Amino acid sequence: MTIRVQSEDFDLAHEIAALRLSNPKIGAVVSFLGTVRDMNDGASVSEMELEHYPGMTEKALEEIVLQAQARWEVVDALVIHRVGPLKPLDQIVLVAVASAHRGEAFAACEFIIDYLKTQAPFWKKEQTPQGARWVDARVADDVAMNKWNDNKMGKA
Amino acid sequence: MCMNCMKIHLRFFASVRETLELGSETIDVPEQLNSVGSVRQFLIERGGVWATALGEQRALRMAYNQQMANADTHIADGGEIAFFPPVTGG
Repeated sequence: MTIRVQSEDFDLAHEIAALRLSNPKIGAVVSFLGTVRDMNDGASVSEMELEHYPGMTEKALEEIVLQAQARWEVVDALVIHRVGPLKPLDQIVLVAVASAHRGEAFAACEFIIDYLKTQAPFWKKEQTPQGARWVDARVADDVAMNKWNDNKMGKA
Repeated sequence: MCMNCMKIHLRFFASVRETLELGSETIDVPEQLNSVGSVRQFLIERGGVWATALGEQRALRMAYNQQMANADTHIADGGEIAFFPPVTGG
């Protein structure tokens, strides 16, 4: 498992290659890439600032990946989340999961990003023409996380 | 300094930090304030921006020793409590 919280950008192809490196047990890699939109809640966004809770952030992400590994056969997983100032088109977050077969990789990747959205201590502040504003948490994100507890997805 | 006090480290993030104009503080609290919720109430009673930032009307999340917590989470001397709005990463 690799967890990184960083201000620098990352290279998707390089990160996926590193995750699979010399491991023939891997038959599937699923990745989720989150990027900055130029529009949110009806306002144009020119820039955003991502704040986090150093120390807790890394622990929370590690805990989420451990939960995914307890539910599915995951060979390896990677989470990179950027912090600091970001602009539209920038990459924000990468979740990549490697497993023997695609089913586990798809499920674990979606589980990790759904949990990250509601459990990892990051906060976005947007610059809009009306001034700076903190992004509100979305009910849809809670719904997405809770679906993993409402049914028997995975082996838990 | 009080005789039967615990030292508690406080952390504030995002809109809570901005309202308080404060990122962290270490306080002495009486031993009987042994939960995250009782420390929140103790801080609200400071009034002014504290009541605004931490009041019941605010959607607030709390962590104790860098794990998500609730009002009933037990605390001990030297612990760290964080107050912040619902998270919006990803």
